Amino acid sequence: MPTTIPLDYYLALSAILFVTGVVGVITRRNAIIIFMSIELMLNAVNLTMVSFSAFLGDIAGQMFVFFIMAVAAAEAAVGLAIVLALFRKRQTVYVDELNIMKW
Amino acid sequence: MMPALFQVLPLVVIWLALGAVGIVIQAYVRNTKLVFGYYLGTLALTAILAVVTAGAKGTMFSGMITTGGYANFFDVLFCSAGILSMIAARPYLQRLDGELDEFYTLLVSAVTGMMLMAHSNHMLVTFIGVELMSISFYVMSGFLRSDIRSVEAALKYFLLGAFASGFLVYGMALIYGATGSLEFGAIGSAVVSDALRFPVLFAIGATLLVIGFCFKIAAFPFHQWAPDVYEGAPTAVTAFMSTGGKAAAFSALIPIASVVMAGDSVVTGQMQLMVAIVSAVTMLVGNISAIAQSNVKRMLAYSSIAHAGYMLMGIVNGTTSGSEAIVFYATAYTFMQIGAFVIVGILEREEGGHLQLDDYAGLGKRQPVLAALMSIFLFSLAGIPPLGGFFGKYLLFVSAIDAGFTWLTIVAVASSVISVWFYLGLVVKMYFTEPSGDTSESPSGIAAITLAVSTVAVIALGIVPGWITSVIRSWPPMLTP
Repeated sequence: MPTTIPLDYYLALSAILFVTGVVGVITRRNAIIIFMSIELMLNAVNLTMVSFSAFLGDIAGQMFVFFIMAVAAAEAAVGLAIVLALFRKRQTVYVDELNIMKW
Repeated sequence: MMPALFQVLPLVVIWLALGAVGIVIQAYVRNTKLVFGYYLGTLALTAILAVVTAGAKGTMFSGMITTGGYANFFDVLFCSAGILSMIAARPYLQRLDGELDEFYTLLVSAVTGMMLMAHSNHMLVTFIGVELMSISFYVMSGFLRSDIRSVEAALKYFLLGAFASGFLVYGMALIYGATGSLEFGAIGSAVVSDALRFPVLFAIGATLLVIGFCFKIAAFPFHQWAPDVYEGAPTAVTAFMSTGGKAAAFSALIPIASVVMAGDSVVTGQMQLMVAIVSAVTMLVGNISAIAQSNVKRMLAYSSIAHAGYMLMGIVNGTTSGSEAIVFYATAYTFMQIGAFVIVGILEREEGGHLQLDDYAGLGKRQPVLAALMSIFLFSLAGIPPLGGFFGKYLLFVSAIDAGFTWLTIVAVASSVISVWFYLGLVVKMYFTEPSGDTSESPSGIAAITLAVSTVAVIALGIVPGWITSVIRSWPPMLTP
């Protein structure tokens, strides 16, 4: 019989992933890398959802994950288009250089 | 028996009109006038259906969506805000040479997202609604592609909005784990019966959820994106997202806050105190920063932060009287803020010209009608009787006192007094200073309709508030179906 990994391990891993994402958003200055960090946060949430779903024996959490993935894809499409539009105007993707308005 | 689908008719109609017909028309007909008229009709029909189905209270789709009452009131509010912004956006975008059919599609998809938020009875629906609205707003705020400020606003809004969504959805995941359900009713009963599996995770989840919503309503300390985004986005878009977007976030926050803070749960007291502090600091920061601004759009952006602070007072109260006050204030705020931004949009020039306070000097002589209307909106925003903003503030202040937060009311009154400084400052500028420099003005076009409706609404809400409060009171937000 396979030994099961306790729920705490999943939660700890996803919390670490989430915090890594938050730190990435706060410290990095490249818009693309900030966006990748946000995706990491969303995937940490996916992991949390799936592990709770398995723990509770409830399907709703897994269903939620599909919606998060779909929304993340839509966000990526819009976000990269915005980054592209900005790059065409300014030839930069560094948020430090976006200073027309006070940041 | 009434057919079950009748209850969700407003949602179904706007969904089909947008997803099945609207996008096809927009893609193949390429006639801006037709698309504009079609979406105007869609929003008007949805609003009418929301009024018709208001009595059909219940839940649909396995309890994921509530229908009737509270949600339908918000439907009407969102559709009105959508119609008013759409009418004002057309001459504005034409003048700036940025009118594309997609704008109206995005606006209606944002309205659909807002309606989902108001109808939500399940975390998943709230999440989808928030994202549908936010993603539409990201694109709309970058709509003037040739204007670098607009693109910059879009990127800032996108990065911080997506960041906030991460917090929001992580909070939902932790609450799911702690209560074993994503449905509001089941979460509420788990909280009340003290059947939480992981009380600590529940507290963290509730905090993250509040942080996510604070981002969406631009409350301290997560308000920094708002002035930049509201300043850079096209003014017609700012008018819509600073009103409809804020009202939608509150329409989702009210039921969630009422289940998270239900009964005497482990977190009720701390939550209340946390929201009260956020509310107090938000209104002070918003109003004090607004004084220092020289750009009218930025000033109104800071004032909208302060208004989010006022509305949070109703969440602190946590009972139906608090949510009634929020609903009333959100209604009044929607009309007065749209009105003010539309006037700013009429006076604005290419590349963000004519937005400084000094450009408004002598407006009372040059444009007596616009100046008079702007004064009405500013007085209402400042909360001066007998306009809509005054009565809304009164209801919120009373609800905070009822909840035992007298200090919060004192802070709110003090910050209202501060806000009179810059609202009246602009009125004084318009009437008692001489104009200088370029003073040619463009005609307002059909935006005049928006201004007329907003003015009537703001005055009516102030003179006969009893009618609207009795409507709101007859439709309390449902805690459990």
